[in-house]
Amino acid sequence: MSDIVLKTESLGISFGGLKAVQGLDLEIKKGQLYGLVGPNGAGKTTVFNMITGVYKPTTGSFWLDGENLTGKTQETINHKGIARTFQNIRLFNNMTVIRNVMVGLHNQPEFKCGLFSSIFRLPAHFKTEKAMRARAKEILEVVGLLEERNNLSCNLPYGKQRKLEIARALATNPKLLCLDEPAAGMNPHETADLMEIVRHIRDQFDVTILLIEHDMKFVSGLCDEITVLNFGTVLAQGVPEKALNDPAVVKAYIGG
Amino acid sequence: MAGLKNIKWKKYVSYVVLAAATVILAVLSFAGALKSSDIYLLEKVAISIMLAVSLSMVVGFLGELSLGHAGFMCIGAYLGGKTAVLLEPVLGEFPTLFVALILGGIIAAVFGIVIGLPALRLRGDYLAIVTLAFGEIVRSVFMNSSDESFGGSLGLDTPRFDKEYLFIIALVLVLGCLVVTQNLIHSKHGRAITSIRDNEIAAKATGINVTKYKLIVFCVSSFFAGVAGVLYSYSNYTVQSANFDYNYSIEILVMVVLGGMGSINGSIIAAALITFLDVKLQTILTGNLAVLQDLFYALILILLVIYNNAPALRGFREKYNISKLFARFKKHNPATVKDDEAKWDRVPTKIKMDEVLSVDVQVTSPYTPDKSPKEEK
Amino acid sequence: MKLIETLINGLSMGSTYAMIALGYTMVYGIAKMLNFAHGDIIMVGGYMIFVTMSATGNPILGLLAAVVFCVILGVAIEKVAYKPLRGASPLAVLITAIGVSYLLQSTAQIIFGTASKMVQVADLGNWNIAGLTIPIYTLVTLGCSMVIMTVLTLFVKYTKTGRAMIAVSEDKGAAQLMGINVNKIIMITFAIGSALAAFAGFFMLMKSPSLTNTLGAMPGIKAFTAAVIGGIGSIPGAMLGGILMGVVEAISLTIPAVAPYTDAIEFIILIIILLVRPTGILGKKRREKV
Repeated sequence: MSDIVLKTESLGISFGGLKAVQGLDLEIKKGQLYGLVGPNGAGKTTVFNMITGVYKPTTGSFWLDGENLTGKTQETINHKGIARTFQNIRLFNNMTVIRNVMVGLHNQPEFKCGLFSSIFRLPAHFKTEKAMRARAKEILEVVGLLEERNNLSCNLPYGKQRKLEIARALATNPKLLCLDEPAAGMNPHETADLMEIVRHIRDQFDVTILLIEHDMKFVSGLCDEITVLNFGTVLAQGVPEKALNDPAVVKAYIGG
Repeated sequence: MAGLKNIKWKKYVSYVVLAAATVILAVLSFAGALKSSDIYLLEKVAISIMLAVSLSMVVGFLGELSLGHAGFMCIGAYLGGKTAVLLEPVLGEFPTLFVALILGGIIAAVFGIVIGLPALRLRGDYLAIVTLAFGEIVRSVFMNSSDESFGGSLGLDTPRFDKEYLFIIALVLVLGCLVVTQNLIHSKHGRAITSIRDNEIAAKATGINVTKYKLIVFCVSSFFAGVAGVLYSYSNYTVQSANFDYNYSIEILVMVVLGGMGSINGSIIAAALITFLDVKLQTILTGNLAVLQDLFYALILILLVIYNNAPALRGFREKYNISKLFARFKKHNPATVKDDEAKWDRVPTKIKMDEVLSVDVQVTSPYTPDKSPKEEK
Repeated sequence: MKLIETLINGLSMGSTYAMIALGYTMVYGIAKMLNFAHGDIIMVGGYMIFVTMSATGNPILGLLAAVVFCVILGVAIEKVAYKPLRGASPLAVLITAIGVSYLLQSTAQIIFGTASKMVQVADLGNWNIAGLTIPIYTLVTLGCSMVIMTVLTLFVKYTKTGRAMIAVSEDKGAAQLMGINVNKIIMITFAIGSALAAFAGFFMLMKSPSLTNTLGAMPGIKAFTAAVIGGIGSIPGAMLGGILMGVVEAISLTIPAVAPYTDAIEFIILIIILLVRPTGILGKKRREKV
């Protein structure tokens, strides 16, 4: 059992009378690249919002590495090891690229530095700043943004902003990295590049990745296993080829 | 890194200028070259700078709107003044001043935490109205206090610190305030604070303890407002609660806004300039003419905000940018020019009504092209 | 007996607050901005009544002139100061509104001076019934504002313009796509709000005839507080909040021990209500899309 990173059991949420997600059972194994797909409004982002603490689930629970995190705050869940990116990019726009990543490093134990040391500029402050900067550069190099580190993040092109979000999430040293439509708005070339980066991240950072994506090629080319959602319920689960050819899935997408 | 150096230069320039000004003015005052009206003006300027710098932490760096800064100052002024009255015969002048400063600051800071707690639940305009209400409550409580405790509606008589060098102490304290504020902002903690301003949801998702940092900012900011209040009580003969109404809070806010959001140096310049004009114009314009000054401020404020923020004027602004005039004096380095400084049109009071939806799911037919139609800018 | 008198007084005060609060809440709901200068529109209305009455002596004419002038002023302020900032950060708009508030106050002071003006709108006397002494102006205020608020509610609910207002407050972009002229709706909202402010100014002068350039400042803040208590953006909320505020104020003023703290009590109620229900009593819960 220990190789299961994220487990959800009949996870569900309703807004008013609307059941946005119901009865979701997931088991994501360590090191897996797991896809969450489904038509618009299927409740994919809502699943992300539940497992990252933005919404409290109304039914069911979820566990990270066997620890029940249901109903915890966003901060706690992040500290425990789930990091995410956003469908509508949410960067710290008035900060440079490298500082965005350094905010991600904020809570890492090796970069601890108290308020007092910072205000009175004790040696710990300078040591931490230097170490954080070095680490941030390493992470930026992985996503290919090292050259842009001193630009304001709002001046980056769209595709690079998405990569920066990944870098920032990665900086929090997560066990599970949740990517919400990482390839949205990218051209085929950038998408291919991104696929490479995602694989590389999984291998180098020893992290499990859960991603939402519409691009079927991206999903089937990258994911080990997927879950297809529609109207908040699971249509199919399994390896991409099989799940995507499931009659219920075909019906949901093509209509009928 | 070149960028880092540039930031430091910007940071130190305020220290150097302030320290130099303090030394020069101190020499002048001991040489007897300063009139007592000049000294009073300097004290006022120092108080205003401290208020503006401390408020700019909340508004410019945390991105929350506080309209109750005068309330914290009021607490500092009354408690510092009272401490001075009670302790001066026992401890003597300097220890009393020291105790009063610490006490006024700390109690204001405690109230900062108390008002910071609702700040965690409320956002944007709601927080503004709660802080405004807080300021008015503080004022009303002191106004109605008994004559023996805080002087009631007559105000609290304070032993005016009748030494000419109070302004030097004040300027040194301003320097201290500046060191603390700048060091805090330019550290990992400051980064966490600005991340909350830029995107609170992302900050939470990145594991930043939003609650903790909001409280820290409110606490530090109100501490210095309290210290400024104590200085005020020492610089005047009485402390009148009527002087700390919301108009005063707004005047401090105006200093911060005119100085430019997220720019501490800007706040300092704006605070000094406005206070200087205030005091100078007060002697020139008397009677009903005094109001011309308010009219002038109001017009400047409106025109400046519209000029800086109107979406329609964006092209015009970029063409005739003031900072461009100065651009040739320094090498252009996009990394450092604006880091930590927020442009006005990007400082959100944490509410973007057009983006909030009551429910985050929409039921769509399975035919819909599977692309998110809504993209945030 | 005393309690009934106090209650009627409170209701009349509250309905004045409610009128002002409606202006705040409608503008907030539709233009998404805190119109800090709204309170000063009341003051301008007061001076308009003063000017007209010194010329003609007719209070009704004064009221009409005030309504017309305030509507023009409100719309002009919106066009000149707020409209260029549509789409800018809420903070920028708020600061501009503060600037406008100062501008109105100082302009009034330049024209009319600092000394307070006496405006005896109408001496209606008292009504003695069953041992109660009820000033007639309270009943007039109460009656008039009830009628105005009913008309307003019906207007918003049943007319095309009113429904368009609701649509704009829900989603400006979508409303525009449905063919609603958003600029026109915002203009109408400012016009209605300013007209209500003029009425409120009239009622306030009926209560106490002294008029200064800060007449509207404190009532404006209190009415805004009332709107927030009721749930900003909600029309019934503003009415409820205003009435609540007036009744609390009236009761508190009759108890000698707490009377000096009346303002503080009202603001403490605000803080408590916001802590318990951050969206106000009747406010809708809104969720930010993540």
